[in-house]
Amino acid sequence: MTELSTTAARAVEAALAAGAGEAEAYASRDGGREVRVHGGEVESLTAATQSGVGVRAWIGGRVGYAFGTDFSEAGVAAIAARAAEAAAVADEDEFAAAPQPAAVEALAGLSDPSVAAWSTAQAAELALAVERTALAADPRVVGVEQVVYADSAERVAISSSTGLAGEYESSDCFAYLQALAEGDGGKETGLGFGLARGPEGLDPEAIGAEGAARATAMIGAAKPSSRSCPVVLDPTVAASFAGLIGGALGANAVQRGRSPFAGRLGEELASAALVLHDDGRDPDGPASAPFDGEGLPRRRTALIEGGRLRAYLYDTYTGNREGTTSTGSAARHGYRSQPSVSASNLVVAPGSLSFAELLGAAADGVFVTDVAGLHSGVNPVTGVFSVGASGRTIRAGELAEPLREFTIAGDLVAMLAAVEAAGTDARWVPFGGSVSTPPLLIGAMAISGS
Amino acid sequence: MSELLDPAVAERVLARALAHGGRFAEVFAERRHGLSMSIDESRIEAVQSGAEEGAGVRVVEGGTTYFAHVDGLDPADLERAADEAAAALRGERREPRPLRAEAPAPLPIERRPEDVAADRKAALLRELDERARGQGEEIAQFTSSYAEARRQIAVANSEGLLSGDDRTRTRIGAQAVARRGSAVETGAETLGAHRGFELLEDDPGLIAEQAARKALTLLDAGPAPSGSMPVVVGGGFGGVLFHEMTGHGLEADHIQKGASVYVGKLGEQVAQPLLNAYDDGRLPHEWGSDAIDDEGVPTQKTQVIEEGRLTAYLYDRLTAERDGVASTGNGRRESFRHLPIPRMTNTYIAPGDATPEAMIAELENGFYAVSFAGGQVDPATGDFVFGVSEGYLIEGGKVTRPCRGATLIGNCLEALMAIDAVGDDFFMKTGICGKGGQKAPVGTGQGHVRVRAMTVGGTEL
Repeated sequence: MTELSTTAARAVEAALAAGAGEAEAYASRDGGREVRVHGGEVESLTAATQSGVGVRAWIGGRVGYAFGTDFSEAGVAAIAARAAEAAAVADEDEFAAAPQPAAVEALAGLSDPSVAAWSTAQAAELALAVERTALAADPRVVGVEQVVYADSAERVAISSSTGLAGEYESSDCFAYLQALAEGDGGKETGLGFGLARGPEGLDPEAIGAEGAARATAMIGAAKPSSRSCPVVLDPTVAASFAGLIGGALGANAVQRGRSPFAGRLGEELASAALVLHDDGRDPDGPASAPFDGEGLPRRRTALIEGGRLRAYLYDTYTGNREGTTSTGSAARHGYRSQPSVSASNLVVAPGSLSFAELLGAAADGVFVTDVAGLHSGVNPVTGVFSVGASGRTIRAGELAEPLREFTIAGDLVAMLAAVEAAGTDARWVPFGGSVSTPPLLIGAMAISGS
Repeated sequence: MSELLDPAVAERVLARALAHGGRFAEVFAERRHGLSMSIDESRIEAVQSGAEEGAGVRVVEGGTTYFAHVDGLDPADLERAADEAAAALRGERREPRPLRAEAPAPLPIERRPEDVAADRKAALLRELDERARGQGEEIAQFTSSYAEARRQIAVANSEGLLSGDDRTRTRIGAQAVARRGSAVETGAETLGAHRGFELLEDDPGLIAEQAARKALTLLDAGPAPSGSMPVVVGGGFGGVLFHEMTGHGLEADHIQKGASVYVGKLGEQVAQPLLNAYDDGRLPHEWGSDAIDDEGVPTQKTQVIEEGRLTAYLYDRLTAERDGVASTGNGRRESFRHLPIPRMTNTYIAPGDATPEAMIAELENGFYAVSFAGGQVDPATGDFVFGVSEGYLIEGGKVTRPCRGATLIGNCLEALMAIDAVGDDFFMKTGICGKGGQKAPVGTGQGHVRVRAMTVGGTEL
C-alpha cells in the first residue's frame, strides 16, 4: 500500500474508533506549478504541493464530514473524530449509507510524463510563446493582459469500512491568455485557451492566435437590435449551457424538485440533433478517472438521445432514494469537499454540418462567441435564463459585424427543443465543468440589445 | 501571531528565501478552521468541519515573483517553501532586515462560534426553516446554510515587517422555492459579518422570511421588459453594481496592464458631482473588513470617487511599488496557497440626499432592480452584466408588477456617468467576489441609486 492509501485506511479506522458505524476516507496529494507571463517577462512562478484527507462518517443514517491537512497519527485521528462529531449533529436520513464496493476497471493514459519531464523554464517558454504569437498575429493586438500556464499531477486514494479501496494518478495542464486589441476608439479582449494532460499536448501558437482572433474580431462592436432570431453558439458558449443542463440532471436537484427536468424522464423534450452523454472514462476528458468521489466506477451514461431524456445522474445516496444504483457521478473538488452529484465529462455529440454550413443554415442571425453572468443570470430551479453576450452578426449565411452588450434569454428546456443542428468539430472546454461540444445552431432565441 | 510564526523561525525562513537574491521576500502563515451545515427538506445535513494550516513564501526579483506554498507550519515546512521559492533564482545572497512586530488589534469577536455548541447552530437552521415555511403554503422548498470560518494569519517580510490578524466570519444564507401550479420561483437572502455568533443573536430568522417573501412575490411575476430605460437600483447589495462597474476597474493590476477603462482617468470627472464612493477595509464588523491586509498593511478607508471625480486606485505592495505610491491595504489572498493581488474590501457609494420614493415617482416608465443574484465585468472593455433576482416594472411613477429573469447590461463609463440620484437609505450587504481564481469576502453598499438609462434584457421583446 502506498503512504496515501495507508493514510486513508488509518483515517477509516480512527473514525470507527471515534464512534462511527461506517466510514470512508479520501486522501489526495498533488504537486503543481503555475507560470504567469506579461510583457515578455515571467510575472510569477508558483510551486505548489498540497495534500489532505477528507473523512465521511456515518452513525446510523446520520452523516458528517471533516477534512484536514495534518497527516500525522494524531492529526488524522483528530480529523476522523471531527467527522464523527459532525455526524452526530446531522439528522437521521434513511437513505444515507456508506457506498458498497463495485468492480473498478483501471483507466490508462491519465498521467502524461511531460508534466514531470518539462522544466519550469520550458513551461515559461511555452507561456511566452503564447504571448508572442498573440502580439504578432495582428497589429491591433496591443497587449496581453496575462498568459497563465498551469499543470499538476495528482494522486488520489480512497478507503472505506465497507471494503472500498482504490488509488489512481492523473495529470492535467492548461494555458490561456486574455489578449487586448484596440481599434475604433475602444478596447476589446479575447480569450484563447488549451487543455491537455501535459504540456506536450498544448499548442501555444494556436492558443495565442485564438486570443488575438477573438479580440480583433470584436473591434467596432455595436449593440444589435432586439429581436428573436437563429443563433449559433460557439463551443465555449455551448459548453456553458451544456454544463447548466448537466447540473440540472443531477438526481439531487431532481429529487428535491429543484430542476426543470424533474418528473420528465423519458419525455421527448429535446431536438434529435442534440445528443448528450456523461462520460467519466473518455480518454481525452479532463475529468476522467477510474472511480468517482466515493470510489465507484466512472462510466458512460446517455442523458439525452433520440430527443428523449434518458437518465439522471446518481451518487449512492440519490440512488438509494430511488432504489437505483449510482451512475458513478459523485464528484469532489479535492479533499475539502464531500462528494455530491455532478456530471463528470459532458459530451455533446458532433453533427454533420461544418461551421460554414451552420452559418448558412442560420442565414440571418447571431453567432454568440461569449456569454457573461451565468452564475447570476440563470435560475437553476426553473431553467429560465438571461445572460450577457457578445458575438457577430450572421448575414446571408456569413459572419458580419461584431456585436456586444446584448443579452440572450430563454429557458433551458425550450432551448434543447430548439437545437436545429450540431457542428462537426467538437473541442474540450473548461466552462460548465468539463465539456466537449461542437458549435450548435439554435432555431430561435430572444436577443435584447437596443 | 507568534504562536503561528515564531519570529526567529521567520527570520531564518526569510534569509533562506533570499539565499539566491531577491529584493523582497515574505512568509505568510495561516491556520484555518471552519464549520458549516445546511438544512434541506427540513433535515440538517452536510455538516462539515475543516482544519488546514500551511504557509506561502514569495521572493520578488525584477518583475518576477517566485512563490511556493506548503501544508504544515513546522519550521521544516516553512524552510522547504523558502527553498522552493528561491530555487529558480541565481543571484547573490541578500540579508533581510531584523523583524519588528507590530500588529494592530484584530476586529473584536464577542462570542467565538467554536465555543457555541453545534446543536445550537442546527437549532438555528431549524428555526429558519420554520419561519420560511410559515410564510405560506406555496413555499415548496427551503434550504438554509450556516458557515463559520476563522483565519489566523501571520506575515513577515524582508523589510522587517512582522504582523498578524485573527479573523472570524459568520454567515447564514436562505433560499426558498415557491410553487403555484407550474409556476416556480426562488428567493434568496444572506446575513454575514466579520463577527462571531453574536451576529445571530438578533432575529436571524428574518432572512428566511425575506427569502420566502421574495419567492412568493415572484409567483405573480410577468416576463421582464427588454430595451433601454431608466433603472432604479435597490440599496445594500445593489452596491454590487458599483463593485463591478467601477471597483474592479480601479484595482491597480488591471490599470497597470492597460486592462481597465479607468486607465489615465485619475482626477477626471467620471460621474455626476452627486457621487462619492469609498473602499473601506476598516468598517466595524463588515464582511470585507480586516485589521490588516494579507501583506501586513493596515487596512484603510480610500475615497475612490469625490464629487464625481476619480481620486484613487486600489493597490497592493507590488503594484504600489511600481507606481511609486503606498499600498492602500488592498493586497488580499484567498489563502496561503495564493499570491496577494489588489482586491476590494468594502466598496460603497456614500449616502446621497434623494429618497427612493422620489426617485421612482419621477419616472414615467422604468425598471426597479431591488436585488441581484450577482454580476460580472470585463474591466478592460467595461462591459458588465447583472442578474436581477428581484425586479419590478415602474409605470406612471409607481412600482407595478414583478418581473422574472431580467438582466442589466451595459458599459461602466456610460452607466456610472448616468447615475442621476443617490438615496439616503444607505446599508451594506455581503458578497463573495471572484478574481483570478481567488475568492474574497467583500462588502457592497449604497442607498437606492438611479441610472438614467440602462439596457434591461428580458424575454419580452
